[in-house]
Amino acid sequence: MSELLVEATGLVKAYGDFLAVDGLDLRLSEGEVYGFLGPNGSGKSTTILMMLGLTEPTAGAVKVVGHNPTREPLEVKRQVGYLPESVGFYSDMSGRSNLLYTADLNNMRLADAKVRIDELLGMVELADAMNQPVGQYSRGMRQRLGLADVLLKRPRVIILDDPTLGLDPTGIQWLLGIIEELSSNQGISVFLSSHQLHEVQQVCHRVGIMSHGKIVLEGTVAELTEQTASGGFGLVLEVLGGGDELMTTLTALPSVTACNRVGNEIVLQSGADVRAQATSAVIASGASLLGASSENRTLEEIYLRYFAGQES
Amino acid sequence: MRAIFWKELGDHFGKRRFNLMLGLVLVGVVWAMFVDKEAMVTRGTGAFYLDLFTTTEGVPLSLLQFLSFFGPIIGITLGFDSINSERTQGTLSRILAQPVYRDSVYNGKFLAGLFTLTIVVFSLGIAAVGVAMFRYGLPPSGDEVLRLIGFGSITIAFLAFWLALAMTASIFLRNAVASALVSIGLWIGISFFIVFAATTIADRIVPDVEDFEDQSRHANVQLWVGRVSPERLYSEATGTLLDPIRGRFLSSFGVTEERLEGLLSSPVPASQSLLLVWPHIVVILAMIASLMSVSYVRFMREEIRS
Repeated sequence: MSELLVEATGLVKAYGDFLAVDGLDLRLSEGEVYGFLGPNGSGKSTTILMMLGLTEPTAGAVKVVGHNPTREPLEVKRQVGYLPESVGFYSDMSGRSNLLYTADLNNMRLADAKVRIDELLGMVELADAMNQPVGQYSRGMRQRLGLADVLLKRPRVIILDDPTLGLDPTGIQWLLGIIEELSSNQGISVFLSSHQLHEVQQVCHRVGIMSHGKIVLEGTVAELTEQTASGGFGLVLEVLGGGDELMTTLTALPSVTACNRVGNEIVLQSGADVRAQATSAVIASGASLLGASSENRTLEEIYLRYFAGQES
Repeated sequence: MRAIFWKELGDHFGKRRFNLMLGLVLVGVVWAMFVDKEAMVTRGTGAFYLDLFTTTEGVPLSLLQFLSFFGPIIGITLGFDSINSERTQGTLSRILAQPVYRDSVYNGKFLAGLFTLTIVVFSLGIAAVGVAMFRYGLPPSGDEVLRLIGFGSITIAFLAFWLALAMTASIFLRNAVASALVSIGLWIGISFFIVFAATTIADRIVPDVEDFEDQSRHANVQLWVGRVSPERLYSEATGTLLDPIRGRFLSSFGVTEERLEGLLSSPVPASQSLLLVWPHIVVILAMIASLMSVSYVRFMREEIRS
């Protein structure tokens, strides 16, 4: 079992009567990419702030790399990189001097820092722009500089708060590529928050979906798909003819849990994929099969269903 | 803290602010050039280098008045946007995600401001004294040097109070303009309004002034209320330090200038004057400390959103 790098139990953050985070449990293991999803205002950023000691939990406890971020902030911040939602740099300083300042704050030796910075700026494709003032950078360039800034201290965990926000599709693909490479080649754990599920699901080992300060669903993307497909798979058959006998045959198929007919449409619910057996059963019964469609929901649909009417 | 200190110091000596400070040093030079030499020799206290800072002969206002008037503005300029500009730029949450304590951010910034003030005040003083030496052709005495160093230190403490005030405003107010306006408002209130308030309060506490006893009580109340203002503390302390004859008294209450001239014409050593103003220095430092603790309480536990 790999080490737990983030462990939150019963985390609560209240602002007055409003519970931004309401009894959250969270775990992040070494080398894992965790997608922290939820609509705006569901408490994602607040959770991240508590993980970094930038705000204090009202109740519950969080441990990051084995330390309490409120009591031992330095131990946490030495090993954790954080990319805020809207990352800011000193706009009159060049990208490189901004990073040199970060290195200085991390007590890195100047010579080491310079080598490391040049390497990182190469990685985020900013080598050409590194001596320009950050004020002239585009949103995407700032975000990439932010990533270099986060990686500068060689963190074990990086926490990215909505990193894809405001990036173009190429930028998003590039960022996801980097995240994948960081986790698989360098063993860095990534905690990634986003409100765009489809953008990040490809790189996340596990995702947790937040709603009103609680995690409503958690697991791998595949697990979640199963968990939420209301009893497994759905199949809609459009059938002309075929009577009760067909219905009995279909209901008797292995793992079918429900079978209903409305006019020409038969809706089958099953715990496993029965498309092949069902269609051949229809044809064998002598009825005509006009069409068949799978009602399999993508995670995105699930996500939208959870947040219908919530997302702006 | 070291990293923050040097970064902030670099910022203070960066483009725009550096010009401001260079201007201040030039003020010292120009003042020392235009001060009326004859008047100082014939009417002064005999300590030329102290008179240099208090005389108004040949210049619109004395260097001391200049410092007590514009000094607070310098302190405020260095501090009013120290924390909130980091917040608006979004750099604060990035800095605080690095392994530094929050108080290091505050302290680093404050020390960088203090260091800048020290450099400015002493450059101004040394420039003025240097030019004056060239004109008078005689060096300042050891006693004068001691008094001038004391004067410089009190000036720095006085300016540091305004720096701390502006930094406190920059923690409480998210908007740099609001913080600048509030700092300047407090400066006007504390420096000028207190004078009127002191008189009113004294009138209330001692309504009938009939004999000398009442008069002295009235003046006493007025004096102590006025001492709430660092401005008042500064002028009392510098007045005592820069005038070796009056230097054995703290304030002029009950003792008019004519009486002084008749009673005391011999100067006291610098150490005696320094002893007298020691409480003033301590009170100004205490004021700075309380502003800083208010800032700490607010800043240490505050939520830092990006």
